[in-house]
Amino acid sequence: MKTVLSLVVWFVLWEIAGRLKISTIVPPFSAVIEAAIEIAPTEKFGKAAIITLRSFGLGMLLALAIGIPLGVVMARVKGVGRLLGMWVNIFVSAPISALVPILMAVVGIGETTVVVTVFLFAVFVITLDTQVGITHADRSLVEMARSFGASRAQLYSKVLFLSALPEILAGVRLGAIRGVKGVVIGQLLVAIIGVGELFEVYSNNFLMEEFWALVTIVFLFAFAISEAIAALERRVEYYAASR
Amino acid sequence: MKSDFGQRGWQLASFVFFFALWELAGRWPVSPAFPPFSQTAVGLWEMILDGTLGKAYLITAQPLLLGVALCAVAGIAFGIGMGLSRAIEWLSLPVFIILQAAPMAAIIPLLTYMYGIGLTSKVLAVIMLAAPVIVMNSYKGIRNTPPSLLQMCRSFQGTRVQEVLKVVLPHAAALIFTGLRLGLAMGFIGIVIAELLITPTGIGDLISYHSSVADYPKMFATIASIVAVAAISLHLLQRLERRLFP
Amino acid sequence: MIVEVKNIAKTYDNGVEALRDVNLSFPKGQLSTLLGPSGCGKTTLLKIIAGLIPRNGGEVLVNGKPVDGPGPERAFVFQDFALLPWADVLRNVAFGLELRGVERKQREETARRYIAEVGLKGFEHRTPAQLSGGMRQRVGLARALTVNADIILMDEPFSSVDEQTRRKFQEDLLDLLRHHQKTVIFVTHSIEEAAYLSDQIALLSPRPGTVSRIVRPDVDRKKAPDEIRRDRGYLDTVDEIWGMLRQYV
Repeated sequence: MKTVLSLVVWFVLWEIAGRLKISTIVPPFSAVIEAAIEIAPTEKFGKAAIITLRSFGLGMLLALAIGIPLGVVMARVKGVGRLLGMWVNIFVSAPISALVPILMAVVGIGETTVVVTVFLFAVFVITLDTQVGITHADRSLVEMARSFGASRAQLYSKVLFLSALPEILAGVRLGAIRGVKGVVIGQLLVAIIGVGELFEVYSNNFLMEEFWALVTIVFLFAFAISEAIAALERRVEYYAASR
Repeated sequence: MKSDFGQRGWQLASFVFFFALWELAGRWPVSPAFPPFSQTAVGLWEMILDGTLGKAYLITAQPLLLGVALCAVAGIAFGIGMGLSRAIEWLSLPVFIILQAAPMAAIIPLLTYMYGIGLTSKVLAVIMLAAPVIVMNSYKGIRNTPPSLLQMCRSFQGTRVQEVLKVVLPHAAALIFTGLRLGLAMGFIGIVIAELLITPTGIGDLISYHSSVADYPKMFATIASIVAVAAISLHLLQRLERRLFP
Repeated sequence: MIVEVKNIAKTYDNGVEALRDVNLSFPKGQLSTLLGPSGCGKTTLLKIIAGLIPRNGGEVLVNGKPVDGPGPERAFVFQDFALLPWADVLRNVAFGLELRGVERKQREETARRYIAEVGLKGFEHRTPAQLSGGMRQRVGLARALTVNADIILMDEPFSSVDEQTRRKFQEDLLDLLRHHQKTVIFVTHSIEEAAYLSDQIALLSPRPGTVSRIVRPDVDRKKAPDEIRRDRGYLDTVDEIWGMLRQYV
């Protein structure tokens, strides 16, 4: 695994840079790992993690529950697609964090705001990719199913959804990555809960080992989720090329 | 022609639909902080007229453009390097893949600590968010050169230098431009986060000021304007891209 | 003999033996074809002769001297055209000379001549996107002619083109070659095409690729294009080859 080797080189460099005290904010890699092992089992971290995971999970669930069906409708009902298409495209690349102050004013300062932030960060790319996937579902497959008398429900479940699954999963993976960014930004802005709060505390009190430990943990979480979904994607990849 | 009207017609309908929904939602007594579209539009107009919006953008634009420009030069160069050299690729690719997925916002409070709350921090925030996508796109542009074109160049005894200058780089230009466009999108995201997390100046200042005096129409209007500015500039870049690389 | 290959062997990275002990000679000024079913290694052999992919054994001799990589005496025509999408026809055709450092005015002059010869006069400033598949391949052919190589290697050049265009192409190619004394090594999987065009046909059998037969069609090529397709020798050749190849289908 060449990738692993490359990362090992970076960890070694990090260790050396930390030992040489090149910068006050960069502690040695080993110290960071130590800190990570220390804070992980603490109650404080546990609470923060639960709140964060909860917000993330809820937000993602909402994004999936609304995004995927919406994407399907947008693809199959031309009117809806044309009406909403422009907005989905705008919001997919827009600075959504600009909307958080509004959320704070309307919904208040707390977990709900963070959940809505995660939802907003993730939903648009999920909708867009679902729409693209369904739209590009092989026409001849649809015609074939119809010619053999498939009902609407069968058409959707047996042909369309599976055909679009690679794109849908790609959208979900991107949505999950954005969701993690959303939960971090949301919590940083709200500043009183979850890992966002911990980030503030650590950096304000110059607890650099703990700060980087938390950064590493969150980054690893984002990476793990992304890879988990990518593994699902690889499972359906085998038919993606021959569609 | 017919389809052109159809598309314009739908775009118009889309706007009307959205703004009508907004108007209705605003009038619903859910929260005093959610103004209807009409009030927001008025607030926006007032801010344009008295120049506050323009001045704010002038301030916010600086770190945004500076950051994206620096990113563009360094990012494209590095991406090309990654594409041409297996050694650089081996060392840097895992890092950039992680950076693309990572919630970089978490590091911003650290920037504030190191570089204060001034221009430097904000430029760095923009760079941190825009760099990965610019680098990755440049890299992919180089790597995705069709093998057939490379073989063709070799069949006419082209040297490696000729290959890179006459085939690889022109071919990568399209993806490099895409990377720049996506980099600008990330730049907008970066500057907004920087304004909200580091210290509000320019647009961020307008947002927090109007929020603190409960002038919600103007607060909304400012936010809507930044979303609109981002959307419009990206749309223009996309049209340019389609023109340059059909 | 202008090109000879001796004991050529090639194994792919995945361990599959593509070619084994291939021995062939290609007479100067003639069109020789490598013919066989998919997977028999004919394109691999052609690219080895072109010097584009390395071989695992044997040697390639051009004018009696062994060669290892591409050279100015050999020009390649690609199956997927391999045109620079951002350059116009004129620049694409002149590309071989551009790589050699020939001055712009001179190389464009040469290119224009061959653009006219392949029938694309007037299209100099179109881009590949604006051309049909057949026209793109004419650009590829013009490019190969422009560098004035003695040996032209063609890798299934007409396979990405429709049937009617293909027939026209075959006729035009024979015509073109009558004017320029080139040696052509041609790869195809079409028996009719091979019989129509070739002075000699090498039949390759699949995995591992080896030469199973060499056929010299007894066709009177001085006839008109349509008459050749009804020539006795042509029809006999086609039947003979099909008889030999059908076992591999």
